[in-house]
Amino acid sequence: MSSENGKRLLETDAGGLNFEATELTLGLPGEPRVTSDGGAKLGSKRGFSETVDLKLGDNNREVKLGHSLQEAAKSPVSKTQVVGWPPVRGFAKRGKKSCKYVKVAVDGAPYLRKVDLEIYNSYQQLLTSLEDMFSCFTIRNYLNEKKIEQVNGIEYMPTYEDKDGDWMLVGDVPWQMFVESCKRLRLMKSSEAVGLGLTTGPKYSSTN
Amino acid sequence: MQKEMAYSFPDEVLKHVFSFIQSDKDRNAVSLVCKSWYEIERWCRRKVFIGNCYAVSPRMVIRRFPEVRSIELKGKPHFADFNLVPDGWGGYVLQWIAEMAGAYPWLGEIRLKRMVVTDESLELIAKSFKNFKVLVLFSCEGFSTDGLAAIAASCKNLRELDLRESEVDDLSGHWLAQFPETCTSLVSLNISCLGSDEVSFSALERLVDRCPNLRSLQLNRAVTLDKIANILRRAPQLVDFGTGNYAAELQPDVFSNLAGAFSSCKELKSLSGFWDVVPAYLPALYSICPRLTSLNLSYATIQSPDLIKLVSHCPRLQRLLFLIQVLDYVEDSGLEELASSCKDLQELRVFPSDPFGVEPNVSLTEQGLVAVSLGCPKLQSVLYFCRRMSNAALVTIAQNCPNLTRFRLCIIEPKTPDYLTLEPLDAGFGAIVEHCKDLRRLSLSGLLTDHVFEYIGTYGKKLEMLSVAFAGDSDLGLHHVLSGCESLRKLEIRDCPFGDKALLANAAKLETMRSLWMSSCAVSFGACKLLGQKMPKLNVEVIDETEPPDSRPESYPVDKLYIYRSVAGPRFDMPPFVWSMDEAVKILH
Repeated sequence: MSSENGKRLLETDAGGLNFEATELTLGLPGEPRVTSDGGAKLGSKRGFSETVDLKLGDNNREVKLGHSLQEAAKSPVSKTQVVGWPPVRGFAKRGKKSCKYVKVAVDGAPYLRKVDLEIYNSYQQLLTSLEDMFSCFTIRNYLNEKKIEQVNGIEYMPTYEDKDGDWMLVGDVPWQMFVESCKRLRLMKSSEAVGLGLTTGPKYSSTN
Repeated sequence: MQKEMAYSFPDEVLKHVFSFIQSDKDRNAVSLVCKSWYEIERWCRRKVFIGNCYAVSPRMVIRRFPEVRSIELKGKPHFADFNLVPDGWGGYVLQWIAEMAGAYPWLGEIRLKRMVVTDESLELIAKSFKNFKVLVLFSCEGFSTDGLAAIAASCKNLRELDLRESEVDDLSGHWLAQFPETCTSLVSLNISCLGSDEVSFSALERLVDRCPNLRSLQLNRAVTLDKIANILRRAPQLVDFGTGNYAAELQPDVFSNLAGAFSSCKELKSLSGFWDVVPAYLPALYSICPRLTSLNLSYATIQSPDLIKLVSHCPRLQRLLFLIQVLDYVEDSGLEELASSCKDLQELRVFPSDPFGVEPNVSLTEQGLVAVSLGCPKLQSVLYFCRRMSNAALVTIAQNCPNLTRFRLCIIEPKTPDYLTLEPLDAGFGAIVEHCKDLRRLSLSGLLTDHVFEYIGTYGKKLEMLSVAFAGDSDLGLHHVLSGCESLRKLEIRDCPFGDKALLANAAKLETMRSLWMSSCAVSFGACKLLGQKMPKLNVEVIDETEPPDSRPESYPVDKLYIYRSVAGPRFDMPPFVWSMDEAVKILH
């Protein structure tokens, strides 16, 4: 049945578009398609992890995700999440004593995202998740002095506004204290952060 | 001669006849009979439902239906609920309000779902519609208590204000005090989504006091248990009540006051809320339990034995929503108890308390759902989160509940196979679509091949909405659905290996549907462009937050794709990360 259906798919019918008339390169059913930049194969069965890689796009990001997964795996309580799965609405509001949604703004990006700080257990998990969300650039991870740059060479530093309205560097205080006091996050351009005097290093141990 | 007689009824007669026709489908059918019926019908249509705010423009609606009194609009795609639609995507209501302000001075009802509503929009509503009665903001965002204050202050005959599951910026609780003393018309008030600083309790009490017709009241979490009795005594006529916080130290006088207040509500049929529930206070409900038809405990961290006790007092329960606590002992027992005592159950929703937990601590399994399917023959609607499933269980459920109209199963780990046989769950879901002939909505999960889609295409003739994640092997799967499901209106797909072929081969099908969402699939940018070019009645929108899709090869897959039919053409409010594939729209980035 499969091959018959497959053939039918390629024929013109009233409900479809004639492929011959297009310049699209289409493989036959079952044949994997390889994109010209050597990226992920399409049309073939993919495992779950491959799927997640494809979502992020190019090879560089695949490597980075692998690294992030390792990092997240170190923490036994929560695993790295796929965005929007499981499909629970406003989960944090159900069955939890508190939920801690904070807005995340990125300098230069026109849109905001929101994260629930309660679902993370460490700065590493939070930063990994933020990288996932804003994957057009990566965030300076000063925990291990990595300098990762955006395509056009701008570095970002994760900062947050605390209960007193002060802007602080993410990572300055123990994780739980941060969760309690953080009101909103902002990925600030490094140049601006320097201007605000936010250049002090982390004061807590890396086991936090 | 006889034919002419049949069409010579005066317009007034036809108008009167049409006024008995309320359903949109029937109204639409009436309007297609002939030109004069179209004309008469459009002048007397009072209610319009627009399932996708971008499918039509405000001007077009106003032009065709000049005398509308009630409008319902939906904005963002359903997957926005799960953070798959970036902020700023769209769904703004302001332009609609602005145009309707001029055209519909008598507009009385506005119902919005997943739309962005600003304070400016709310102020405009308050200013423009003298007869405004009903405002429902379901899952909306973008406004603050300032906007609510404007509504409260100006809408003299407000009957319904329902903010369920919306995100409101907290500025002050004083907006409630803006309801004038002369406002006594409230019938329904749902403020369950508001934060702690957003409600002035004394203003609320006074409002409840002076509204004798108040039937439905949902409080927010900040309202403490000791205050419930005060509210209930002021509104013993309530039919539907949402408590706030249901936690306090057990004190006999508080308890008896609460129990007494509940028992004085002779009409109470539906309960919700129960944040932070303290089980010792649940018996305060026992007097009303025999009358309860709906119980929403999805915010209550209630444990199985307490749930069993409560539910066993509610024999007339038709609708039960609850949160399953992952505990040491089997939770299925709670569902078994439910199955034996609530024979009228029609809707069941079971939510996970720890969806992201790695350690499953399995205490709720497929057995609970099987038990309910066996014990509750009237079951129509299921939403069930669990960590394991088997084909055998699904077949049993399908056979026990042929009347299912909505079946949403979420096995928490993607691609989980049948735990008994390690096979895909194709046969199980196949049984669901085969036996449940009236199934309108289906959500799939677990390990699934193209076969499940073959079943769905073959049997899912009444299926209107299908949600798919991490499933299928090839384009064949998508082809089965698009070519077989005759009633399909909404299809949402994520993380499936579906590409160009099935989509392009079934392009015409997309014009018969409201919308298609595909994210993290294998549809190429080239195919999107082709669809956009060849199908002018479709809006084909590519969403990519990382970089413009045309900065990559055409064969490269797009990140997210949203296709919907529209008579309004491409929209003008797209943010930078949304690209329209319409030929007429230049890609300027």
